[in-house]
Amino acid sequence: MSEEPKITVRNFNAYYSGKMALKDVNIDIPENKIMAMIGPSGCGKSTFLRSLNRMNDLIEGFTVTGGMMIDGKNIYDKDVDVTKLRRNVGMVFQKPNPFPKTIFENIAYGLKINKLCKSRDELSGKVEESLKEAGLWEEVKDELNKSAFALSGGQQQRLCIARAMVVRPEIILMDEPTASLDPISTAKIEELIQELKKSYTIVIVTHNMQQAARVADRTAFFMLGEMVEYSDTSVMFTKPEKKITEEYITGRFG
Amino acid sequence: MGIKDKGMRKNFIERMLGPIASMSLVFLLGIALTLIITGMPAFREVGVLKFIFGNEWRPTFDPPYFGIWPLIVASFIVTFGAILFAVPIGVASAIYTAEIASPGVRETIKPVMELLASIPSVVFGFFGIVFISPILQKVLGLPTGLNGLNAAIILGLMAVPTVASITEDAISAVSKDLRNASYALGANKWETIVKTVVPAAKSGIFTAVILGVSRAMGETMTVLMAAGGARGVPSSIFVPMRPMTATIAGEMGEAVIGSTHYHALFAIGFVLFAINVIFNLAAEYVKKGGNK
Repeated sequence: MSEEPKITVRNFNAYYSGKMALKDVNIDIPENKIMAMIGPSGCGKSTFLRSLNRMNDLIEGFTVTGGMMIDGKNIYDKDVDVTKLRRNVGMVFQKPNPFPKTIFENIAYGLKINKLCKSRDELSGKVEESLKEAGLWEEVKDELNKSAFALSGGQQQRLCIARAMVVRPEIILMDEPTASLDPISTAKIEELIQELKKSYTIVIVTHNMQQAARVADRTAFFMLGEMVEYSDTSVMFTKPEKKITEEYITGRFG
Repeated sequence: MGIKDKGMRKNFIERMLGPIASMSLVFLLGIALTLIITGMPAFREVGVLKFIFGNEWRPTFDPPYFGIWPLIVASFIVTFGAILFAVPIGVASAIYTAEIASPGVRETIKPVMELLASIPSVVFGFFGIVFISPILQKVLGLPTGLNGLNAAIILGLMAVPTVASITEDAISAVSKDLRNASYALGANKWETIVKTVVPAAKSGIFTAVILGVSRAMGETMTVLMAAGGARGVPSSIFVPMRPMTATIAGEMGEAVIGSTHYHALFAIGFVLFAINVIFNLAAEYVKKGGNK
């Protein structure tokens, strides 16, 4: 890679109450690319993802060692403002989790919290823009004041993506974003993810290997808290370096 | 013996559960009927409108006046005042114990709250007479501290545990997913509590407020002791007043059975009952609308 990577992870270890969950992870994630993480349950891929925006800080007893750099700045340094970090590193969760508010208020939440808009017009403009980017505008433009719960699961998840995008993060983390969706909704989200990489660096955890193969530029295989293999997705799924990776990919365990 | 016997016993228990469960309904209807039947002579003699909107409650005068408007106004003033104390304190305590306090602090506060709820109302009444009322009298420069505000403060205090514990349940029931969504957008803990957790718990908090209102509206002994007992239509919360419950409890002993006064007290009970029912139905209606 010639360019400076967006995210650089060096000798990263993570522990839940002293119990090791990630062991000596080293990874470079390039800008405006999609990086997928695959691996069996409990392999540490979600822990890794949630370390990137320090959501794990909310779990009591979680500690890390080593470095996790975004644009060269270690996000675990003492002087890092976690709320600013999370604004810069958005997240989409496994289960769509819209707020029990209107569609409009769901998107506006991040803008209001971070005081990013000076006027009501600016707020509406940004909400509309973000819904358009998420491909949801046409479906919801006449019902912005309806509850977000009135939407289908797939629409809710796209709403959550729009909600994450509206504050203009540089990185978006996705934790199995289609795990609870039907195939059509899944296809729409995957299409959207492809579109988003023009503007964002995307890190996605998935249980679904076809999904990784379809959407990701780079893929990392995790197992028992270690990163076993990390390469271009095409390489990973055609000629993986390690035997264990091949066994996982071909479905011999997992 | 054996299987057949067991089956019959199960059948018997199941058949008993239905009637037991419907007993509260029977009691409710029984109470409503008792109130209306016993109160009816008063309504008939005085006239419903004159009874409810009459400005004078002088049951022992000659001729007597049976207008309960002063009592209704007093009940509303005291209840409203109580809610102004109970809701902010109750909701704030709930937020504190559910979201902010360390487990150690929480384990201390909760039993203390429960203890507060278990104090008999007559003791609260004493507290109002000897402690709060002199303070009010001095601080506000009033002729007497036994007034609507005094009763409202104590009733508010009594309703705090109810409001706090139901609110806390509602707040604790807000899913972690919603909190995570808020944190992931760069909200801090306080913003997450105020903008996500509390709004998501609002229907539960609303229920807490309603129960607090019912508790304050129906409380008797405290208001009898602490509200001052004056018969006129109260002009503000700072004057002595006589809510409906205090009137019934205070006068039942001296009313001659079968007299208009006696029936009028039952009629007051019916009005109180009706207000509470209307209030609860309205609350249920609003709550359903809010959940859509």
